[in-house]
Amino acid sequence: MGTSFGRGGATTFQQDLQNSDCIVIQGSNMAECHPVGFQWVMEAKARGAKIIHVDPRFTRTSALADLHVPLRAGSDIVFLGAIINHILSTETYFREYVVSYTNAATLVGDDFKDVDELDGLFSGYDPQTGTYDSSSWGYLGVEEAPAVGGNRVRKRTSGDGRSGRGGQPLHEPGHALGGKGAQLEDSLVHRDETLQNPRCIFQILKRHYARYTPDLVQQVCGVAPDVFAQVCNAVTENSGRERTTAFVYSVGWTQHSVGVQYIRGAAIIQLLLGNMGRPGGGIMALRGHASIQGSTDIPTLFDLLPGYLPMPWAGGEKGLRGYLESISRPQQKGFWTAADAYMVSLLKSWFGETATQDNDFGFDWLPRISGDHGTYQTVMDMLDDKVEGYFLLGQNPAVGSSNGKLQRLGMAHLKWLVVRDFNMIESATFWKDGPEIASGELRTQDIATEVFFLPAAAHTEKDGSFTQTQRMLQWHDKAVDPPGDARSELHFFFELGRALRARVAASQQERDLALRNLTWDYPVTSAGEPDAEAVLREVNGSHLSGDKAGQMLSSFTEMKADGSTDGGCWIYTGVFTGGVNQSARRKPGSEQSWVAPEWGWSWPMNRRILYNRASADPAGKPWSERKAYVWWDEQKGRWTGHDVPDFAATKPPSYRPEPGVGGPEGLAGDDPFIMQSDGKGWLYAPSGLLDGPMPAHYEPVESPLRNPLYSQQSNPTRQIYPRQGNLSNPSPPDARSDVFPFVVTTYRLTEHHTAGGMSRWLPYLSELQPEFFCEVSPELARERGLTNGGWATIVSARTAIEARVLVTERIVPLRAGGRVIHQIGLPYHWGVGGAAVVSGDSANDLLGVSLDPNVHIQESKAATCDIQPGRRPHGPALLAFVEEYRRRANVTVDTGNLRVTPREPSS
Amino acid sequence: MSTAFVGPLDAARGAGWQDPPPRKGFFTDTSLCIGCKACEVACKEWNHVPEDGLSMLGSSYDNTGGLGASTWRHVAFIEQRKPMRTVPMLNGGSGVGLTAAAAASGASDFRWLMSSDVCKHCTQAACLDVCPTGALMRTELGTVVVQDDICNGCGYCVPACPFGVIERRDGDAATVPNGGIAQKCTLCYDRIGDGMLPACAQACPTESIQFGDLDELRERAQRRVGSLHADGVSDARLYGENPNDGIGGAGAFFLLLDEPEVYGLPPDPVVTTRDLPAMWRGAALAGASLLAGAVASFIGQRQ
Repeated sequence: MGTSFGRGGATTFQQDLQNSDCIVIQGSNMAECHPVGFQWVMEAKARGAKIIHVDPRFTRTSALADLHVPLRAGSDIVFLGAIINHILSTETYFREYVVSYTNAATLVGDDFKDVDELDGLFSGYDPQTGTYDSSSWGYLGVEEAPAVGGNRVRKRTSGDGRSGRGGQPLHEPGHALGGKGAQLEDSLVHRDETLQNPRCIFQILKRHYARYTPDLVQQVCGVAPDVFAQVCNAVTENSGRERTTAFVYSVGWTQHSVGVQYIRGAAIIQLLLGNMGRPGGGIMALRGHASIQGSTDIPTLFDLLPGYLPMPWAGGEKGLRGYLESISRPQQKGFWTAADAYMVSLLKSWFGETATQDNDFGFDWLPRISGDHGTYQTVMDMLDDKVEGYFLLGQNPAVGSSNGKLQRLGMAHLKWLVVRDFNMIESATFWKDGPEIASGELRTQDIATEVFFLPAAAHTEKDGSFTQTQRMLQWHDKAVDPPGDARSELHFFFELGRALRARVAASQQERDLALRNLTWDYPVTSAGEPDAEAVLREVNGSHLSGDKAGQMLSSFTEMKADGSTDGGCWIYTGVFTGGVNQSARRKPGSEQSWVAPEWGWSWPMNRRILYNRASADPAGKPWSERKAYVWWDEQKGRWTGHDVPDFAATKPPSYRPEPGVGGPEGLAGDDPFIMQSDGKGWLYAPSGLLDGPMPAHYEPVESPLRNPLYSQQSNPTRQIYPRQGNLSNPSPPDARSDVFPFVVTTYRLTEHHTAGGMSRWLPYLSELQPEFFCEVSPELARERGLTNGGWATIVSARTAIEARVLVTERIVPLRAGGRVIHQIGLPYHWGVGGAAVVSGDSANDLLGVSLDPNVHIQESKAATCDIQPGRRPHGPALLAFVEEYRRRANVTVDTGNLRVTPREPSS
Repeated sequence: MSTAFVGPLDAARGAGWQDPPPRKGFFTDTSLCIGCKACEVACKEWNHVPEDGLSMLGSSYDNTGGLGASTWRHVAFIEQRKPMRTVPMLNGGSGVGLTAAAAASGASDFRWLMSSDVCKHCTQAACLDVCPTGALMRTELGTVVVQDDICNGCGYCVPACPFGVIERRDGDAATVPNGGIAQKCTLCYDRIGDGMLPACAQACPTESIQFGDLDELRERAQRRVGSLHADGVSDARLYGENPNDGIGGAGAFFLLLDEPEVYGLPPDPVVTTRDLPAMWRGAALAGASLLAGAVASFIGQRQ
């Protein structure tokens, strides 16, 4: 999303779905996982919208949709690419929008080579490192910004789990570009607005997707051409001046080894159809937890600082200036050119008085990252005894993370483990009742990990804010006191910080300066809790000097790079406008417009639909009365409408900057994507992505089918961890793939919450879905002798698990790749342990770890497996059972871990 | 008007309430249900209804089974190979409608019905008729409620209910709340009296469960059926909304998308006490005949 549009958040809000004329829900089970938001889909349906659900399974979402399209898990890029091809070949794109608001007309340099020319690789691939040098993808005549000190290409010191294999380059972007557009050297680009030049992006796109035909959709996705045609027609007929279509996705798209490119596929469709920035349009990214958007805004991610500022690298940028130059170039367009003000304000908010111009505002005190420190890499490092301690806060990796055995074995290597949760979750008890105790792989007396369990307060038991799926901050007040010793996270970290600061108070070591100079003086309430509103005030930021000293900032545009302002997360600035907690606003919907701007507060600047300048034509008039949202008021000389305009309020549509002007002033009056370095929505990403400028189909790492498009089977840049504990099932062209012939996908149910920590301890939820089960079609049940309500054993190269069987016609066998593809569904809420109301084998134990290179997210939505009737062997016999499968499939550490598929001799 | 014994159709007034407020009820529109079971959980939370078993039933996504003493809302899941619409919704470019296309894809001629069942709060309520202690009462809002402190657990109401809703809760009152006595939905008598929605209706995210004045709900339901029919969903029908049915109409009625039996509901429920007056009349006649015979025989003896 960041790479395509400039910001890493849902571009719209759920209430706006009611304005859609067509809603495509793909990679999401919205009715089950977001039932409250689904009411707006129901509202749209009641108003006559077409609801289409594309999903391997017929779910509770499908039950309410007008059309359910079952497809093979892991084939979405072909499905989306074929829609793109349909739009381009039938000329149903929104031409005026495409020419004015996207980079369709921009020319790409001659060095760029597409996957069709290189048998499945884009130009710039380095087989030694498994990475791309993306310089050949750039716009014609515009260099991709050289990184400071020539270090744009980072060293991948990890990511390949084999020790002694360091030194692989790792580009910086990743999550950082989940949050913002990539940089360009400047805003000067060559354009051909007739879209005829063969080097223009429009033509490149056309060539790239020419092979994505309805026949290919049948062959790869298992979707019949007439069904696919219905989707194409519904989407194109419900887009244009008068009508808009929305896309909704969730982790069904992100949890793949090419997950980012799935979302890019939807971004291209929505830009071509002119649905971005308009009511009833956009891409609704649904987050899986209450404050997951918040956890990337003010991140729990290793490579980000608050507000999507990148984390500094060890041996990278020289000083604050060098760091800032790596974020944006002064000649590029858009608001990232003010990153100096955002960063300095952040440093001022962290280090207060001690941060001065002379010491770069304490920039050098910040810790640096030296490689991938993501959650899966950290587990590998635990196994290699590189990690001593681990904090788990609201996280149950023994159940909720891929390859659960690896997670538990890793934690058994720790010296200490802190678990803060409501209940004694499996990650806190694996050392006495985990599956490895039963199999004999671990013995309690051998595990030296000291586990500290700290009971946590629930959201009803503390003050604070959520940032939910549509970037909205909503304040909650404490309703009841937490039970017993349970305390808030805020209390825990405040006290931990105090203790650590006391430890280093007398230290002269440079590494302790960040802790020693940290402002850590939050007021404490009568209940002994730090004042959560004081934290939100700090996040908002204030004027430190001048006339307004002491006043809260009302906008990030007030932030200064000279140290006269502070603010802990620039995109949240404004949440405390006027000294009032705007996130606590609860004006009923009936007392305000349908946009409801006075309910909570959304970043940035309380905008509810992002890029809403695009809801008006280049001259500033609404594309149609029906879809009017934000427009230019000639009389008043400013933008106005139903929402906060996502544009400089008084910049007229006719404004044209002098050539070469950068920053916000460099944005023309018709550049609606104000965070992008060229002001345009990106159909093609000249930089910022690690695995290609356009989505190209690659098979999941574990797949029953050969990639029909080219030799390259899977994403050649995926992150792999080849090791004995993380074996892969073979995939074509390896003939032994037939040992694991079925596709398996994992998911959630309405009745439970993720790894179960918040639901399996509650009788009222546990009784609704008491046991781990697998969903299979009647055809597969017949083929394998499975009976409804009986038991099944599901096997991969990692392990075997057992589940109750639910035979259902909601799962249909698909015909793809010239054969019948059976898919098996596994909800992943259960885990092995003795403390919960209900327990069972964990679906995640079945999965291996291979990751999307951009965001380090695991491929847990598509894998392969075998299934047999009956229960699995228990005790040490389980290990022998799995070993026999490995032997039959000839599984080694190298299986599935060749990034580049060996080229077959051409016939 | 039905017989005097099973009561008049004006539920509250018939029970002796003077100038009662408008009768309240539920309209459960199953065409809007997404099967989230929030109603089941909200009901249990508010009413302190205990957990009701932790076994998987293998019956689609339903692990509740049915209404009972410890389940006052129950969401049924029905998987059917049957199209939702008889008229295609989307027309494909190849000129193929949804139903025909479904045959090709093998999926869209399939539907998954979900329906949240609840006590019907019958106008003519047999449970109330047979209760010997007066624990079951008709409220001023026209609903039927068990008074926990009066019920003696005799269980007469259990077989009386034509829907199998009311049950005695298993367990000893010392360990199980309200153990041993009859339990069922109260239509959240303790909430609606204070102007709040019943817990299930409050929790329902898609307004499948609607609460309000029964007359207004009936009108709304008729309109909804009309619009579904116009939309090609010709199976849509109301259940329990007709005051002339065997229970005098339900205070909690439904919009269904198939025959009631498909949802586990009786197709033509009849208040089980309907025939009692006739039976009593018969019994009285028989008694009178016996008496007359006896008298006659005495008279005969004297002769």
